[in-house]
Amino acid sequence: MKPTDTSNPEYFHKVVDCQWGCPAHTDVPEYIRMIAQGRFSDAYMENRKSNVFPGILGRVCDRPCEPACRRGRVEDKPVAICRLKRVAADHRDDISERLPKAPEQTNGKKVALLGAGCASLTVANDLAPLGYEVTIFEALDTTGGLMRTNIPSFRLPPKVLDEEIGYILDMGVDLRLGHRIDSMKDLLEEGFDAVFVGTGAPKGKNLELPGRYDSDRIHIGIDWLESVAFEHTKEIGKRVLIIGVGNTAMDCCRTSLRLGAEDVKVMARKPRGFFKASDWELEDAEEENVEILVNHSPKEFVYEDGKLAGMKFDLMDYKIDEDGRIDRGTSTGEVIIPCDDVVLAIGQDNAFPWVERDIGIEFDKWDCPVVDETTMMCSREGIFFGGDSAFGPKNIIWAVEHGHQAAISMHKYCQSEDLHDRLPMGLNLSSQKMGMHEWSYSNDYDGAVRRLMPHVDLKERFNKLDIEVELGFTAEQVVEEVERCLNCDIQTVFTEKLCIECDACIDICPVNCLTITPNGEEDEIRSRLKAPALNPEQALYVSDALPHTARVMVKDEDLCVHCGLCAERCPTGAWDMQKSTILIPYATDEAEPEQRQAAAGGSAK
Amino acid sequence: MTYIAKPKISHPSLPKNQLGLTTRDYEGVVSTLCAGCGHDSVTAALIQAVFELDIEPHMLAKMSGIGCSSKTPAYFVSQAHGFNSVHGRMPSVTTGAYAANRDMTYVGVSGDGDSLSIGVGQFVHAIRRNLNMCYLIENNGVYGLTKGQFSASADIGSKPKKGLPNQQEPIDPASAALALGATYIARSFSGDKEQLVPLIKGAIMHSGFSLVDVISPCVTFNDHEGSTKSYAHTREFYKHVANIDYIHPSEEIKASYAEGDAMPIHLHGGDTIVLRKVDRAYDPTSRAEAFKLLRERYNAGEITTGLLYVNDERAEMHELMHNIDTPLAQLPYEGLHPGSDELRKLQSRYR
Ligand SMILES: Cc1cc2nc3c(=O)[nH]c(=O)nc-3n(C[C@H](O)[C@H](O)[C@H](O)COP(=O)(O)OP(=O)(O)OC[C@H]3O[C@@H](n4cnc5c(N)ncnc54)[C@H](O)[C@@H]3O)c2cc1C
Ligand SMILES: Cc1ncc(C[n+]2csc(CCOP(=O)(O)OP(=O)(O)O)c2C)c(N)n1
Ligand code: SF4
Ligand code: SF4
Ligand code: SF4
Ligand SMILES: [Mg+2]
Repeated sequence: MKPTDTSNPEYFHKVVDCQWGCPAHTDVPEYIRMIAQGRFSDAYMENRKSNVFPGILGRVCDRPCEPACRRGRVEDKPVAICRLKRVAADHRDDISERLPKAPEQTNGKKVALLGAGCASLTVANDLAPLGYEVTIFEALDTTGGLMRTNIPSFRLPPKVLDEEIGYILDMGVDLRLGHRIDSMKDLLEEGFDAVFVGTGAPKGKNLELPGRYDSDRIHIGIDWLESVAFEHTKEIGKRVLIIGVGNTAMDCCRTSLRLGAEDVKVMARKPRGFFKASDWELEDAEEENVEILVNHSPKEFVYEDGKLAGMKFDLMDYKIDEDGRIDRGTSTGEVIIPCDDVVLAIGQDNAFPWVERDIGIEFDKWDCPVVDETTMMCSREGIFFGGDSAFGPKNIIWAVEHGHQAAISMHKYCQSEDLHDRLPMGLNLSSQKMGMHEWSYSNDYDGAVRRLMPHVDLKERFNKLDIEVELGFTAEQVVEEVERCLNCDIQTVFTEKLCIECDACIDICPVNCLTITPNGEEDEIRSRLKAPALNPEQALYVSDALPHTARVMVKDEDLCVHCGLCAERCPTGAWDMQKSTILIPYATDEAEPEQRQAAAGGSAK
Repeated sequence: MTYIAKPKISHPSLPKNQLGLTTRDYEGVVSTLCAGCGHDSVTAALIQAVFELDIEPHMLAKMSGIGCSSKTPAYFVSQAHGFNSVHGRMPSVTTGAYAANRDMTYVGVSGDGDSLSIGVGQFVHAIRRNLNMCYLIENNGVYGLTKGQFSASADIGSKPKKGLPNQQEPIDPASAALALGATYIARSFSGDKEQLVPLIKGAIMHSGFSLVDVISPCVTFNDHEGSTKSYAHTREFYKHVANIDYIHPSEEIKASYAEGDAMPIHLHGGDTIVLRKVDRAYDPTSRAEAFKLLRERYNAGEITTGLLYVNDERAEMHELMHNIDTPLAQLPYEGLHPGSDELRKLQSRYR
């Protein structure tokens, strides 16, 4: 194998599994250390830099970082990254002085952002400090998009939304509520320098089965949640069937329980393991005694005396092959399940009836706009997409990342720069050695298991729709949970010319990551390491030929716990623990220095 | 010294031995030796060897004297028995222990100072008695613990960190053991575990005195240019002559060996070692050849490593003394102490 190129920021970035897994590259270990030191405001600002909505995301993020977290491989459960984010938000002081501010003078460029969801808000957050005149058009009378209309208040209190959205709007954004854009053509005539489409994927999928339109007790999940949020809907029948087992279904079933339902069944077509909902959402729903019935494929709506009485399902049988793939299944019988209401929660679609098809915006065969994944620009110059409107429904953190990238592009577009000529990611490394055996981070492995989030008592939480169920970690829990983080950003960095091949590092490594061995092909090397490197997703760090024997030092990154013992036992400092900081460019970094200074404003940089 | 303990977590695919233990279960406390000391690698090799031999920790006795090397027993198999004796006196304490309990496995870890300077008399007599033990010398050419004075194994011309080169004739523990009639003599290098681990396993299973002389550099006081016991010097001049593969009694000899290269040797306990000769002409069962080889190669400046000599025919200490099979420690008090009447009878035979 060739020596690993550690000058490419990607290499060490990938070692920080959570940060690599986070679409917005939040520097998780950095903010967890800040929390450990009681620096909640710093931790909040560190989060805000990349994910803009720490208080919101600390409650409802889809948390792709957690399945990626190294701790989950070393032990069973990942670090409670997401809920630690909430700790930073809950305990921050007044940070208004540290927020970016718009300069006194605008730069004369006008941008229009469509929709006041998280995608558009991120663009506003990034462009307003550079002097852009930002106008947001929102169809509804309120901001936040699905975060407000669909994510129930018992998961995400409106106060949290208002605060964090306020930070952005307060920079002087021109917000036009109740202003639906009906024609892209008309909008373009208003002379904006760039347009961002952050209108989401607003159409709930329908289920065209016999009897679908013969009752008003059959609801489309996202529309129904919205009408609950706006208090148009205040009750539901005693027996409710939720069709689908994705995230929307989880919110629908739990909301039903708060509107008077007593018997709520989530009907899944497939067996467990093939559900779209995340494990923790399933757990939360099941804790509330929601029943999940697997292998039920909906067939028709059943009526008695003209009234919706239940639904008929095919009972399915599936075969799962060796690779874990499931077939289409065969029906083994039928069953009718009685109910009063049915909620369809089987997904969302994009819909752009208001975008004319003859203005140079190309649409693909699914009727979605064709959008460049790097620049977020569509086929018509100056129009950008992001969030659910770009590539279909995803989640908040993806919408935020799209917003950051679109903001860079919009800035470059407005300044007539090449959109593809973007600043690359950077990397800083600094040694963490403090003394003979002292490191500037907490390197001792703490065997504590993941802390459990305390919840409001089961009975009490149903009293009102908006009682937030999760209470947040206690101080004791925070102290334990922060120590579970392995500080994956404190990298093991190797300098081959210093190595005398004494084996000290190899012998001390608790998880057998290190081997000195003759070089070879990757597959073959993986099989003859001190412990076999069985996870191909995780890199091997391979040195150049060692001075004494021309063998190579190989490190399997998979299970390294970053305890620093290799560096501590190394007599020559060939291994060193160095903190990597991945430098992620934002729109401000692309701006001219004087603009940047203005943007930094009161923020503590 | 390291402040934190080695974390308790381990690699999930770590193999288990027949006792269901992993190498992690054979560890001791974290070493307090200098980072990079060869002795720590020898410790790792010892852990691997006793793990692979399925040795029950409570049936292992770790014996040592004084020196950095003699601290090694603290760093492996915490659950085993151990005795840290006076400087150079490990062989006599081991003799006593072995006399009392012949069922246990004895691993002595010593240094070149401990064995060849102050303890050379003890070393010699342990061999003469053919004490059934594995005797490891972590050989670094200096007294590490007392800050690097030359020991009796320092080569002529080897330079110290400060001061004049050594002028005294070195004692080579392998040649000395050969002269004294040791029955298993091996040499290896702390930086070569592939060779070292099987040699330690063979030494533990061999019945009688087994010497493993391990070049184990002292990074702090004897790893500089001009030292003949440094990592760099050892790597440059060391040569394999005959390596071994240790075969557990439950295993068949699976690997195929080219004729003339390999030579199976059956040990007392039913185990087998297969000698793999790197130097085809060499016969490690011949004492005369071993002498010749050691002298010639030493004169050529080479460090010969591998199994240098083996003889599984000579009786070990208890056999030589015709002792009963039951360890004395397990005999009832009456069996060990026949009483004053018996003593009187015995004495009367000499009147
Ligand atoms: C029930 C449910 C639960 C969810 N739970 C989570 C969760 O826990 N965690 C998570 O990360 N994600 C969750 N999501 C997904 C997440 O809400 C979305 O991915 C995210 O809100 C997308 O943001 P966006 O800015 O792209 O669009 P949206 O949030 O959809 O915002 C679009 C905005 O544009 C407005 N708009 C639309 N058309 C026009 C127009 N023509 N003119 C003007 N304004 C217009 C809309 O009114 C809306 O306010 C959930 C989604 C649903 C449906
Ligand atoms: C009776 C006695 N004499 C002298 C000493 C001082 N002393 C301690 S260790 C040592 C030499 C150890 O050398 P070696 O056995 O080679 O061990 P190393 O530290 O090199 O591994 C000496 C002379 C002592 N502890 N006891
Ligand atoms: S252990 Fe910490 S740094 Fe490592 S992946 Fe998990 S949260 Fe991130
Ligand atoms: S401890 Fe240092 S010198 Fe020794 S093998 Fe490891 S990297 Fe090389
Ligand atoms: S002084 Fe030498 S022998 Fe002793 S621990 Fe340090 S390196 Fe090892
Ligand atoms: Mg010594």
